[in-house]
Amino acid sequence: MQIKTKNLLKKLRSSRELSLLLVLVFLCLLIQLRNSSFLTPKTIGDMLKNYSTTITLSLGMMSVLLIGGIDISVASSLAFSGMCASLMMRDNVYSSTLVMFLVSIGIGFCCGMLVGLVVTKGKVLPIIATLGFMNIFRGATYIVSGSRWVSAYQFQSAFKQFAQSKTLTFGLINNLVFITLVCYAVFFVIMKWTRFGRRIYAIGSNPEAAAVSGINISRIQFLVYSIAGAFAGLTGAMYTALYASAQSDMGMGMEMDVIAACVIGGVSLSGGQGSVTGVFLGALTMAVIGKALPLIGVSQFWQTAIKGAIILAAIIINVLTQRAMVKNALKERDI
Amino acid sequence: MSEYILELSGITKIFPGVKALDRVDFQLKAGEIHALMGENGAGKSTFIKIITGVHHAEEGEIFLDGKKVEFKSPLDAQRAGIAAIYQHVTSYPHLSVTENIFMGHEDVKKGFIQWKDMHKKADVLLGQLNAEFPSTALMSSLSVAQQQMVEIAKALSMDARIIIMDEPTAALTKRESEELYRITKKLRDNGKSIIFISHRLEDMYQLASVVTVLRDSHYIGTYDVSEITPPELIKAMVGREIKELFPKPDVTIGEEVLRVEHLSRTGYFKDVSFHVSAGEIVGFTGLVGAGRTEVIQTLFGIERYNSGTIFLGGKKAVIRKPQDAMRRGIGLLTEDRQECGLILDWGIGKNITLPEVKKYARHHVTNEKSENEAARKLAEGVDVKALTVFDLVSSLSGGNQQKVVVAKALGSELKLLIMDEPTKGVDVGAKAAIYEIMGDLAKQGLAIIMISSEMPEILGMSDRVYVMCDGRITGELSRAEATQEKILERAMVKHGHAVHA
Amino acid sequence: MPTKSGRTIAATKEKSLKSVFLRWEFLLILLFLIVNIMNASISKNYLNATNLFTAISTFLVKGFIAFPMAYILVLGDIDLSVGSTVALSATLLGVSYNAGLPMGAAVGIALLCGTLCGFLNGIILTKFTELAAMIVTLGTMTLYRGIAEMILGSQSTGGLQNVTWFYDLYYARLGTVPYIFIVFCVLAVAFGFILHKTTFGRYIYAIGNNRLAARYAGVPVQRVRLICFTLVGLICGISSIYYASWMGTVRYDIATGYELEAISMVVLGGISTAGGKGNFPGTVISIFTIGLLKYGLGLINVNSQTILMIIGAILIIVVTIPNLRFRKHTEKHALASSGTAQ
Repeated sequence: MQIKTKNLLKKLRSSRELSLLLVLVFLCLLIQLRNSSFLTPKTIGDMLKNYSTTITLSLGMMSVLLIGGIDISVASSLAFSGMCASLMMRDNVYSSTLVMFLVSIGIGFCCGMLVGLVVTKGKVLPIIATLGFMNIFRGATYIVSGSRWVSAYQFQSAFKQFAQSKTLTFGLINNLVFITLVCYAVFFVIMKWTRFGRRIYAIGSNPEAAAVSGINISRIQFLVYSIAGAFAGLTGAMYTALYASAQSDMGMGMEMDVIAACVIGGVSLSGGQGSVTGVFLGALTMAVIGKALPLIGVSQFWQTAIKGAIILAAIIINVLTQRAMVKNALKERDI
Repeated sequence: MSEYILELSGITKIFPGVKALDRVDFQLKAGEIHALMGENGAGKSTFIKIITGVHHAEEGEIFLDGKKVEFKSPLDAQRAGIAAIYQHVTSYPHLSVTENIFMGHEDVKKGFIQWKDMHKKADVLLGQLNAEFPSTALMSSLSVAQQQMVEIAKALSMDARIIIMDEPTAALTKRESEELYRITKKLRDNGKSIIFISHRLEDMYQLASVVTVLRDSHYIGTYDVSEITPPELIKAMVGREIKELFPKPDVTIGEEVLRVEHLSRTGYFKDVSFHVSAGEIVGFTGLVGAGRTEVIQTLFGIERYNSGTIFLGGKKAVIRKPQDAMRRGIGLLTEDRQECGLILDWGIGKNITLPEVKKYARHHVTNEKSENEAARKLAEGVDVKALTVFDLVSSLSGGNQQKVVVAKALGSELKLLIMDEPTKGVDVGAKAAIYEIMGDLAKQGLAIIMISSEMPEILGMSDRVYVMCDGRITGELSRAEATQEKILERAMVKHGHAVHA
Repeated sequence: MPTKSGRTIAATKEKSLKSVFLRWEFLLILLFLIVNIMNASISKNYLNATNLFTAISTFLVKGFIAFPMAYILVLGDIDLSVGSTVALSATLLGVSYNAGLPMGAAVGIALLCGTLCGFLNGIILTKFTELAAMIVTLGTMTLYRGIAEMILGSQSTGGLQNVTWFYDLYYARLGTVPYIFIVFCVLAVAFGFILHKTTFGRYIYAIGNNRLAARYAGVPVQRVRLICFTLVGLICGISSIYYASWMGTVRYDIATGYELEAISMVVLGGISTAGGKGNFPGTVISIFTIGLLKYGLGLINVNSQTILMIIGAILIIVVTIPNLRFRKHTEKHALASSGTAQ
């Protein structure tokens, strides 16, 4: 009896990614029917490039959700680190694209550390802490920029070219897309093959057991929020490169996009469940929706509402699926 | 060199308001299976937590291999080779068996986890325990017995020299228990030293060579298992003749208050039928996981049932939420008073009046004066040891907290009172008081259902006993017929096929 | 029943002066006075009644929301969708009026919209109790504002102040006292009374403290939660009406940051985010404290983003301080109860 349940659960679990893939393919085909320019290399390439920011940031959110936390300040740290790095480039502190990226990542990492400190040492609920920081970092972005933009002409030309060229892969894949793929590959390895990754799952699955196993929960929590910040920094640099400008309100609302991506991808909000593949598919789904809606005539003003509806639908479906699984398991009990 | 692998002397542990352990001594020889027995609340679990480093004793010392040690955290005890397997399994439901075994000490080469090797090692360990599931199985897909096996495998993987088991057979069937006995004996043969807590005399006689008895946080004695008889052991645990403890008065049984017919809830219990009359105390017993608590949760409206009927006072009743049950005069004392029965941050008064706060209020406006007065009367009625009704419930001892819960239930007009493990974690004095209250209530015509895992309590207080096993009622015994053996027999029956000892 | 051991238990309590001074509200009042002193020193006209009421009216518009938010936090939940609810209700108000409906109907629609938004939150949370309020209200926050954006796009809808009685809602005064202030005081008293002196309020505290024990004690947990979330929506509807009356025009992106401010006001007022603890008067005092602080900052030309930043910082500081003090206490308990039986 037990083996039957195990197989069932295993099938349902791995099929989450499978069913996601199927839904995604189905969605693409539907859109293609309405607008035959969708499934062309150019459109897809553009889509991946334009959404590389959301797709990358989703990884940062994933790790936070896995330990049972949340971070709605990532969009603001994205803006802050991107803006700071841009200002420095504008003021000729450096001119290299690489340095700009590193600076942005570094600043984002510091933002994340701050959040991590408040959550671990201050023992503040993550939603409250990141609600506060969301506004702090955004306000800081406005202050630091004097509420002005850093516009295209103020950037180095090499930087402006970066998002449109394929230099990193010697002409194969767009730079930003390449960065995204590298991040996913690295994260995939970390989450599956390192102790650090497995401990994140452990803490999310059962914090009490983790404490007894000798895992330093506070330290890993702190690191996870810092990493989320670093991802925000990376995404900030990518965003700025993509639009060749830095504005104080950049990335506003992106935290909801990445949360939606994770939730669609099967990441449980209570922690312990979720895969890198799932998040990738979820983020891809968000990208497809974002790109495809205008193509089939849906006004851009509808995007936010659709996003919200998707999040609600996804979490409710998760609950219903969970309930069905429990019901099945109970039937198997043969009482 | 000491002849003992583990020795504790003079251990005293104090919690706010309660002395959990009072100068307890203990010695464990290498390769020995040592049973630790005592009533609920005697201090066994606390003692185990001292050994595993979860608690720190106020007084006393611990010696490992003759050398004094101090455990500042559970990790220290683990590193010293002490592993514990608890009643409530602490595992990672979303992770595989292998990860559960090796979490915290994974196989790592240059930073990368060696999954293949770990799975293989885990399978070897599982093979030693005759486990029928692979190491790649998801923890949440395993039964409680299987999860326990994983815990044992975990202990083995950490090269534990001392393995502690807390009520290991509580959730197991007879066959699974025998398997556990075999595994435990094999561990001993391999040189491990084992301490286990159990309520079941059978466990002790089957496995242990030595038994230590605790009673009311005191160390009573250590005995050779082959030299002590069950009555002597029970006397050591209980400290008195069983008969004296239960002042069950003779009460004329009145009208039927509750009748349940063919009640079923998928996955929890099936075809449960029983009845209770006014003035009756009906005991419900069985092994942990038999389904008793689930049945009464359904009666009280906490959970829904799938089929069957409930009759109250002869009339069909539909109960969908606690308010429905309470309105019809059903009261419930939950098993876990701290989680479900009390609001620890509140005072005694507010806890007692919560179910009936509307009653004391005028047009929904709360009337604290009449509330406090009523609470005072109720609290005095059960003899709660407190100064004022504003005393925080969290500052009371287990026994007093239980009395507050009783007072709270008595605040409503009751026809039926359900008590789930009413004296769990309660000191002897409070136990006697609670039994007296139960007797008084029965005299007043209240019908009482008492769920209990304590045999003396069941035998001493019940007019009738229902035994449950694996979600079904497997026996009904009158007070005259009920014996420990008959009850145990029915508690381990599966679907009507008796399994003999 | 007669007392068995002859013991009596007291049912009355003596009050002490010391308990008055150490309370959070006292510190809060101190903070309130400091803010006022600072503001008075910045602006000479500050302590003029008319000016003061003008300043107060601006933050009262969103101050209402702190009332039901206090209930939500005591319940142990949270509601992040308030700003979006206000925006959607105001949008519908503006659009209805400009579509030709009488202002009264438009106002009714705004109230209905707010109530429905809150009700939706409540229904989802009470039917799917596995879901946390945080994620549901994050979802509805996005959805509601999204709907407002769908309706208005990048445009604004205005002309609302052409209706005199509507304009008067916000601007009219009884002498020097604005009507909005009177309404505010009435609601403050009502909400405070309900929370502290009624069975409903007692239920809220019970649920926030120990939801399971409350359920076993017969408290209608889900019904109380549904009512509270619906109440939030209703008050957001009222807030949107006052906003529209104040500003005269409405866009889809108004009322951003309302959730942060409302939660900050409640938390600064002494109500814990963990639920089950805190008093209402503190919330009222902190509404004024934060409101006047914002006003003072506005006087020295601090921009709105920076003000939000400061409030964010205040929120974090206020929540962190009690945790730092009791850290030793909770760590000990956490270790003792980790991963063990019974």
